[in-house]
Amino acid sequence: MNAPDIALPVLFFASIFTSNILLANFLGMCSFITISSNLRSAHGLGLAVIVVMSITSIINWLLYTFVISVYNLEFLGFIIFIIVIAAVVQMLEMVIERISPPLYMALGIFLPLITVNCAILGVVLFIQIRNYSWDQALIFGIGSGIGWWLAIVALAAIRQKIDKAPVPSGLKGAGITLITIGLMAMAFLGFSGMLSVQ
Amino acid sequence: MSAPRFRDIAYQNFWTNNPIFLQILGICSTLAVTNNLYNTTIMSIGVIFTTALTNTTVSLLKALIPRKVRMIVQTIIIAFYVIIIDLLLKAFLPEVSKALGPYVGLIITNCIIMGRAEAFAQSNPIRHSFWDGFTSGAGYMAVLLGIATVRELLGFGTLYGFRILPESFVPWTIMVMAPSAFFLLGIFIWIAKSVMNRKEKKA
Repeated sequence: MNAPDIALPVLFFASIFTSNILLANFLGMCSFITISSNLRSAHGLGLAVIVVMSITSIINWLLYTFVISVYNLEFLGFIIFIIVIAAVVQMLEMVIERISPPLYMALGIFLPLITVNCAILGVVLFIQIRNYSWDQALIFGIGSGIGWWLAIVALAAIRQKIDKAPVPSGLKGAGITLITIGLMAMAFLGFSGMLSVQ
Repeated sequence: MSAPRFRDIAYQNFWTNNPIFLQILGICSTLAVTNNLYNTTIMSIGVIFTTALTNTTVSLLKALIPRKVRMIVQTIIIAFYVIIIDLLLKAFLPEVSKALGPYVGLIITNCIIMGRAEAFAQSNPIRHSFWDGFTSGAGYMAVLLGIATVRELLGFGTLYGFRILPESFVPWTIMVMAPSAFFLLGIFIWIAKSVMNRKEKKA
């Protein structure tokens, strides 16, 4: 099978807005809801996701193309992908700690959370299923990371205001957050008339 | 510490400690397929299978796994069972497997499974761990089926593909799209929490 015929800028824009990894594909919800109660942490986690997603998408693309599909190891795909993600996160943690302690202080606690962030594995699996070429895989990884960062920062900013609003007691916390996410998803759907990538 | 009773485990996982209502865990991978009851059922069965067997395996191996590497070992155990599901689906239900796409693989990162393995199977006997995994998966399934029922009924006018509402019914397009899943889950949590709050006041 050949790579789909999608121009890179289109793919980049689509992965941020029209098929936002979080709001259209529901990926990365767990940490999204817990972390978004604080704007600073949300920003930190978002940046960490962008970095990890870009690196893992290209590494897993290379592995899939040159190792897994060559030796017919497709059935081991999930295990290989998840190990690569865990390894990248671990190494990144060590490298950042060495190079830039302030950045490590800011990002450090979020990195272990990322291993089990569904969005990372989701992007890797999407790349494999949709058969993207290497440059498409890289752009899709970066774009999805930025899309996730955008969604979590926006939600964290909204939640700071919600804290002051009179919300019915049963709806407090997770309930109102999910409804806010729904409204954000509707807003992002507005972009979908411009272009779509499936 | 004596092991908890089976009935208590089930009650907690279905209601007082339901993975979705109170822990908001693991909605990532499964919410996406809730616009169709059939796919939701298959996905949820996959999740139940994985939680139950992962819990059993983790409980069985808990003395052997060094604490430091237990996360990665648990992940590999989970991935092992998810691969089994993926292969089974590909072999027997190829169309469903195609429709679910990457979401089957994403069961690996479903936080419920890891959460139960960490919180329960690490410190409880095998049979109890199996039962805990099974019921928390089932509690999760119950909520998702509720959401899927509303979405499919209003979005297509059908249930499991059978037409329920008359032809003249105008489908709500929003129900097929992503935002409705968030709204419905929010409303479900609202209802569940209100009921729980009222019970607490009475007690």
